[in-house]
Amino acid sequence: MLHTVNKSPFERNSLDACLGLAKAGSAILLIEDGVVGAIKGTTIESKLTETMQSSKIYVLGPDLAARGLSEDKLVDGIQVVDYGGFVDLAAENTAVQSWL
Amino acid sequence: MSEGTIKKFMYVNRKPPYGTVYALESLEVVLIGAAFDQDVSLAFIGDGVYQITKGQSTSDIGMKNFSPTYNALGDYDITKLYVEQESLTERGLSVDDLMDIVYEDEDDDWAEKPSIRVVSRAELADVIAGQDILLNF
Amino acid sequence: MATISVGGKDIEVDEEGYLVNLGDWTEEAASFLAGQDELELTDSHWEIINFLREYYDEYQIAPAVRVLTKAVGKRMGKDKGNSKYLYELFPYGPGKQACRFAGLPKPTGCI
Repeated sequence: MLHTVNKSPFERNSLDACLGLAKAGSAILLIEDGVVGAIKGTTIESKLTETMQSSKIYVLGPDLAARGLSEDKLVDGIQVVDYGGFVDLAAENTAVQSWL
Repeated sequence: MSEGTIKKFMYVNRKPPYGTVYALESLEVVLIGAAFDQDVSLAFIGDGVYQITKGQSTSDIGMKNFSPTYNALGDYDITKLYVEQESLTERGLSVDDLMDIVYEDEDDDWAEKPSIRVVSRAELADVIAGQDILLNF
Repeated sequence: MATISVGGKDIEVDEEGYLVNLGDWTEEAASFLAGQDELELTDSHWEIINFLREYYDEYQIAPAVRVLTKAVGKRMGKDKGNSKYLYELFPYGPGKQACRFAGLPKPTGCI
């Protein structure tokens, strides 16, 4: 399943809720304000690293660029996708869960 | 408001830009409110620090990049932008990730001076305690 | 949406006569808009219009009149950096009117 998260993990618990309920083998895509969670050195980095042992985490490049966050700041293992990649992920997965 | 005492106004910004309209709305209110000649400062805490990161590029999300407008604040006599150090650290950021926002000091031969003041949470608490009016976005 | 016709091209304007798309602006469009207010643009007008466009390009806003006055004074001298001079050039207000000619949105805080 593809999970998208569009809220900052520092403001809401959407990402926490997502990570708690996403099964191994999920794809998790951070979009809009959610992209701020993908940066190295934050208070939530270890949660992402742990999740990536069993699932994949992606981040939407255009939303990252809008917030002045460069790709070299990302937690290792997180993959950047563009809008086309977003569509591919949605198509590859049987369902999409949009955490708000 | 041509007479009366000058009050200390602080705009407190806690949201990232673009995902919601808060950051832009705050900036617009700040610019409009600047006409009233009050003692204005801005605080960027929590996710608000993302509003003033350098290198923002919005061409691929189809929204206007309003980050250059923070550089105009000095022209509006808004020269105190407090940024909470802890908020940066919690987010894996440092002051080097922020724009170099400056103002020109009219009383010092237009010398360029930094507007951003990185302060600790305790220092910011003191600054907030000294305000007359606080506006939250 | 209303349009004005300049140089054989239709340009969209809003209900107050400001260009809808900044990219549509040409010097000819500026002269046309000035003509609507029965103004002939002189070098002095252009100096302010060009300044406004540069300011917008750098900061993404049209400056408030107070800011414009101060900035013009700093760049072009005190004899031009005062509201009397600017209002003589742009009788409907250097913020509102000059920004319209410059193809910019109405200045933030201009009611």
